[in-house]
Amino acid sequence: MDLGAINPVLLVASLMVSATPILLAAIGELVVEKSGVLNLGVEGMMITGAVVGFAIAVNTGSPLLGFGAAALASAVLSLSFGVLTQYLLSNQVATGLGLTLVGLGLSSLIGKPYEGVKSTTLPDLHIPLLADIPVLGPMLFQHDLMVYLSIALVAAVWAVLKFTRFGLILRAVGESHDAAHALGYKVVRIRLMAIAFGGACSGLGGAYLSLVRVPQWTEGMTAGAGWIALAIVVFASWKPWRVLIGAYLFGGVTVLQLNLQAAGTRLPVEYLSMSPYLITILVLVIISARGYHGAPASLGRSFYASS
Amino acid sequence: MNRRTLIAGAALALGLAGTAMAQDKTKVGFIFVGPVGDGGWTYEHNQARLALEEHFGDKVETVFQESVPEGADSERAMTQMALSGADLIFTTSFGYMDPTINVAKKFPDVKFEHATGYKRADNVSTYSARFYEGRAIQGHIAGKMTETNKIGYIASFPIPEVIRGINSAYIHARKANPDVEFSVVWAYTWFDPAKEADAANALIEQGADVILQHTDSTAPQAAAEKAGNVITFGQASDMIEYAPRPRVSSIIDNWAPYYIARVQAVMDGTWESKDTWDGIGPGMVGIGEITDAVPAEVKAEALALKDAIANGEYHPFTGPINKQDGTPWLAEGEIADDGTLAGMDFYVEGLTGEIPN
Amino acid sequence: MIRLVKRPQPSRFWTAVTPILAVLLTMVVGGIMFALLGKPPLEAIRIIFWDPLFHPQFAAYSRPQLLVKAGPLILIAIGLSIGFRAGIWNIGAEGQYIMGAITGAGVGLAFYPMESFIIFPLMVIAGALGGWAWGMIPALLKVKFGTNEILVSLMLVYVAEAWLASVSSGLLKNPEGRGFPGSRNLQQYDSAANAEIIAGTGMHWGVVAALIAVIFAYVLLTRHIRGFHIRLTGEAPRAARFAGVKPARVVLFCLGLSGALAGMAGLFEVAGPAGQITIDFNSGYGFTAIIVAFLGRLHPVGILLAGLLMALTYIGGELAQLMLSLPGASIQLFQGMLLFFLLATDVFTNFRVQLGRKGAA
Repeated sequence: MDLGAINPVLLVASLMVSATPILLAAIGELVVEKSGVLNLGVEGMMITGAVVGFAIAVNTGSPLLGFGAAALASAVLSLSFGVLTQYLLSNQVATGLGLTLVGLGLSSLIGKPYEGVKSTTLPDLHIPLLADIPVLGPMLFQHDLMVYLSIALVAAVWAVLKFTRFGLILRAVGESHDAAHALGYKVVRIRLMAIAFGGACSGLGGAYLSLVRVPQWTEGMTAGAGWIALAIVVFASWKPWRVLIGAYLFGGVTVLQLNLQAAGTRLPVEYLSMSPYLITILVLVIISARGYHGAPASLGRSFYASS
Repeated sequence: MNRRTLIAGAALALGLAGTAMAQDKTKVGFIFVGPVGDGGWTYEHNQARLALEEHFGDKVETVFQESVPEGADSERAMTQMALSGADLIFTTSFGYMDPTINVAKKFPDVKFEHATGYKRADNVSTYSARFYEGRAIQGHIAGKMTETNKIGYIASFPIPEVIRGINSAYIHARKANPDVEFSVVWAYTWFDPAKEADAANALIEQGADVILQHTDSTAPQAAAEKAGNVITFGQASDMIEYAPRPRVSSIIDNWAPYYIARVQAVMDGTWESKDTWDGIGPGMVGIGEITDAVPAEVKAEALALKDAIANGEYHPFTGPINKQDGTPWLAEGEIADDGTLAGMDFYVEGLTGEIPN
Repeated sequence: MIRLVKRPQPSRFWTAVTPILAVLLTMVVGGIMFALLGKPPLEAIRIIFWDPLFHPQFAAYSRPQLLVKAGPLILIAIGLSIGFRAGIWNIGAEGQYIMGAITGAGVGLAFYPMESFIIFPLMVIAGALGGWAWGMIPALLKVKFGTNEILVSLMLVYVAEAWLASVSSGLLKNPEGRGFPGSRNLQQYDSAANAEIIAGTGMHWGVVAALIAVIFAYVLLTRHIRGFHIRLTGEAPRAARFAGVKPARVVLFCLGLSGALAGMAGLFEVAGPAGQITIDFNSGYGFTAIIVAFLGRLHPVGILLAGLLMALTYIGGELAQLMLSLPGASIQLFQGMLLFFLLATDVFTNFRVQLGRKGAA
């Protein structure tokens, strides 16, 4: 056993990379849930983003175009969920599960020609000055564009929810759709926008997997990342900055346990891998026990304008 | 209803007695555990299926079902295949062992071939490949090429096949370079690209400059390519898209010769239940091209080793070899027996760490 | 302008017609998909919906298999639907299914190799208790702290999966399994095996339990005061409180019941068709059952039919793969479409579609 072999600088750096897909998906799902909608189809949207992003990047040679296309494709896919749940008032849990089925099936059909193909990937950016700071430089300032974008997105979601009128309306819709409707807000329209935003973020997260993190396309490559993103939103008790912590914690547990193993430590891997979920439950219990329910009050309920 | 289905219906009524019908084509079925596009294990079995079609042309008809979960679903998939008139069915995952035996009982006239298992019956054969022979060559190249003397190994599950591979690679790396150290990471998955990438990165960051993998995706190759001065070996399939660096060679599962021989045996009526464990010699284990990233003399040594193994002059587990705790296992010149190898649950001397259970 | 107007009562006509409409729509769109994949669409649809039931070569085998596949789905979905009726959202049936299988199989394996008629009933009880206990965690947390049961039950699925991985390569590992992860095969241990009751019919105890559950749920919901309380809690929580219904009791009852049924389903599966505990023996039945519950409109008889329909698309899909070399993914997509269309057409059951200007109503 040689714990000295673990370089904390590199550990943090790779933790950031491995957490980015779930961070992107989770921050999108947070907005969706804040608007009162529970979309369990994150896995399906992520994998659709992964395949579309990869296909477009291979065909155009531009990973950035790939990311754009992935966001668009997953947003469109998420709107099928939106139409069903918002206009046709279908149950959100069942529709979300259906979305996962559709996404997994669709992605593997689209992906057939791209198996075993290589794509160009995003270059790491060396941010001038900052990248050269010892320790902090290689840890934080030598990543690719999407890592920074994902953090910026967290900041943006936080700012919009907290300081803007739109954020206020979105939260109002999530807390009580009837009251929001009575005040004259377009509940359905706002929710559709949130759903599409969530889809786009999931798509980016999926594309990050297939274009940067792995990078390749294979069937089923998200391997449950979408479900982890759902857990992170809960862990974060619907607060954007805590999503960042949650994503780094959930992503970090895997990276850390692999590093500890590589350093020769023997670990009960199963117990480590269940620990983030147990912590999430604990967090839920604590926030509930303090009388604050955390979850948006209308979460998962259909809205029907009776008047 | 035509005559053929009528007969089949009657056969079914007699308790699934079988589907022995006069057929001009030999029908061969495949049960796959993953999607045919996984780029690794299932991909190679499917390549062999295609080779079968190529080889026999009109004389065979192949059918397959992909992503079949182990357990009840696989039993149904096999039964339906047998009912559809398959003469020979390859079930290509360890977890299909009991279902294969169950279904084979119901269809005495259909032949079954189960990959990597150990239960046989009159109409069930087993087959597997001596991947550890390929690991020996990888170990040699790895030992010669490493500059940090640290070799990373991404393992899947602590089962005999994987442990055998680690031991074989280690023994030969050690012979080539006495200072070499192995660092084994158990990923507990056969296929999870993101996790495999993380595992490769963890090993590379801790100083490994050679990565061996016993998982199926190319994610570790990509991680090594990004890191720069790290070499890797293709697993299951050639992974040639990462040559000449980081991928310097590979172990290829080449099932085609075996599948062709077994189908031929069914056609000739000479098929018998047997246990096949083939290696480099008969061509079941292929060694992918050793690229120019490997110095010429190392390449020559590796190829010599390959030839020696192929023609039976050398066995990768030849004594003296001690177990990890120092107790003797093989005496000078002694060769490991297949029984011990098949159930291998210990590390050889020099490896650090414990096998999880 | 199209407007939806809520019906005072769900339409009986549309309740019956929408599933048929959805299946037809799926056939049309799915057929187009199959055609795009270069496969004969009509034949593909015939294989999926018709051949498992009536194909001369396969039907004698695949008809009983429908029961085997539908059994656990129905059993779990019945439990879930009772909770859903009360507005209690247990989406962690997958976890309860796994825990039931582990505890049930664990009890059976503890007796190995003793033979006794008492072992199997004990396993069933242990399986039900395992699932029940796993379901009681979100129930108690909800009652005590008001924690959201959707999220807790979902989180517990991941915990159960990690636990499954642990026991199948540790505690319950077959000592004669040559180091491979996975328990002994319960099919080969007579006292613990959940074998077919009449050979060749697909009827095993899990299917029997599913049928009993359907009847039980029907009686509960239509004839029993507790069923009335459950429905009232879901439809009018305030009225329920005035009527003296204790919400905590309803929560404990619903989550406990759905957990116990899911746990039993897990045990029947692991002791029967699956045979052994392995790292991934759970093939998503707990999640598919949620879909089945909704396809069945949360009604016991509906769930019975929905479970059979779902099983039909699985088995028909397998046959289509076998006979037409359709990719497995296209079947997944096909099932997703079926679900989407069923959910979409459901709107007609509860709403009237009105054409015309807004003021006209």
